[in-house]
Amino acid sequence: MNDIIVKLLWTLLGLFIVLNWGLLMGATMRKIVARVAHRYGIPFYQPWLDLIKLYSNRSSISHGVMFYLGPVFRLGGGLGIFLFLPLIYGSEHFSNFSWAGDLILILYFQFFGMLGMALGASDGGHPNSVIGITRGLGQFTTVEVPLTLAVISIALQYNTLSISEIVAAQQGGFQNWTLVTNPLATAAAMLSLLGLFREAPFNLVKAPNEVPIGPPTEYHSAFLGVLRTNGALLHVVEAALFMNLFFGGATHWVEFIVKTFLVYFWSVFVGVVSPRFRIEQSVTWFLKIPLAIGILAVILYI
Amino acid sequence: MSDNTKNIEEKKDKFLAEENKKRIVTGPDGVQFEVDPLQDYFCDKRPVAKDPKNKVIENFLNWARAESLWVLGFGTGCGNIEIPPLLTPRFDAFRYGIQMRPTPRQSSVLIISGYLAVKTLKRAIRSYEQMQNPKYVLALGSCTINGGMYYDSYNTINRLDYYLPVDVYVAGCMPRPEALLAGFNKLKERIKAGRAEGANDYANKFDWYKANQKKIIKDWNMPDYNW
Repeated sequence: MNDIIVKLLWTLLGLFIVLNWGLLMGATMRKIVARVAHRYGIPFYQPWLDLIKLYSNRSSISHGVMFYLGPVFRLGGGLGIFLFLPLIYGSEHFSNFSWAGDLILILYFQFFGMLGMALGASDGGHPNSVIGITRGLGQFTTVEVPLTLAVISIALQYNTLSISEIVAAQQGGFQNWTLVTNPLATAAAMLSLLGLFREAPFNLVKAPNEVPIGPPTEYHSAFLGVLRTNGALLHVVEAALFMNLFFGGATHWVEFIVKTFLVYFWSVFVGVVSPRFRIEQSVTWFLKIPLAIGILAVILYI
Repeated sequence: MSDNTKNIEEKKDKFLAEENKKRIVTGPDGVQFEVDPLQDYFCDKRPVAKDPKNKVIENFLNWARAESLWVLGFGTGCGNIEIPPLLTPRFDAFRYGIQMRPTPRQSSVLIISGYLAVKTLKRAIRSYEQMQNPKYVLALGSCTINGGMYYDSYNTINRLDYYLPVDVYVAGCMPRPEALLAGFNKLKERIKAGRAEGANDYANKFDWYKANQKKIIKDWNMPDYNW
């Protein structure tokens, strides 16, 4: 009984670190994008202020039970990934609740949040939300295809579905990383990561100047605060997932921070030099080269 | 039904848009039901003033609110041309915590940029009422103060604060983006001092504002308070 409480407290500490790192990382990336455009950009503490402001709004309106539950499901998806993801390899405290089949569970949680959000946003009744959801789910489904193929490939390669074991197999130096041992799976996954992080060219779903920002059109005040909290969390845990699967995991927090930053930076790097795809362009894009690479990666290990 | 009420109803109907009229709809399962869009799709509850409680906490929150101004991307007049330059490298309003939002739900600042035609006033009111408390109005240009060069126009309002609670006026015709930034800084000072309670004023003096609005908007075909 005592053990589980201690573990829970460590997990909460990990959540605190990950959340704040997510907010700081998001601000840093926005500053980088601003510098590319010759601007100074937001102050680095802006995301915290935005969150305080959103949570402290004096009024908010609900459009029904599902509208209420949408952000909760979304946050549930983000927390689900966090709970089952080992953050620091070999650390007793920051392995969270990682277990034998966590890889499959995490893939499931990625979609779980999207579906909850879809139900919630459509309850808002705004036609733009519904268009946003259709686009979001359409794109996300095709993003998942190469990613799942890459995951199957490395599951076959390491013969396990446990993230901890996959990280363990990559220890001992750069040459043991999946990046080197299975470059095809890494390539397929890194291409699908562009869609997962929704920077340009795949940012049609939530881009403010398209159909007004898609699914969260009707969300405001604390609802939007929850969504933004989850956004910060999700950026770090998904970067950490890729770090664990392909880049040898992290053995301490500094390594964790550097690697998650670089994984996220990859999508921002592509984003600042790319125009925006229309939805049918991005859907077909994922079903061409990334899909082909993913299939090849699986065939090699069958 | 007396003739008087009948006349009023007919008058109401004349302005009611086709999609807002009562009608019978057949659902996908074949069941017929009546839809009254004004009742079903809008909420016509009166706004409620929510006064700040704890002074120390409120000061802190006001500081956060002042440093995180989300502006609704809604241009009402020619002054709107001064807003896009704020986001360019030259003025870079992001430095001051000013960000643009595309939907009124998420915004906290409504900029009335320049002259306000009666037709646009209706949309401005609807947008303002969809925003969440606390919310601020920044009026840009002389036209919002006394009508400016449109003071005798047949379809332009002269004084904005009869219709919406204005926090800050930026005078000029047109004010340059620098003036707009100065206006934002003034608004921040006001918020930090706890004097930017426009949303509560609007709720407290709701009847007065509605009477003014209805005086000038002849084809009032929406609920009184449509958030």
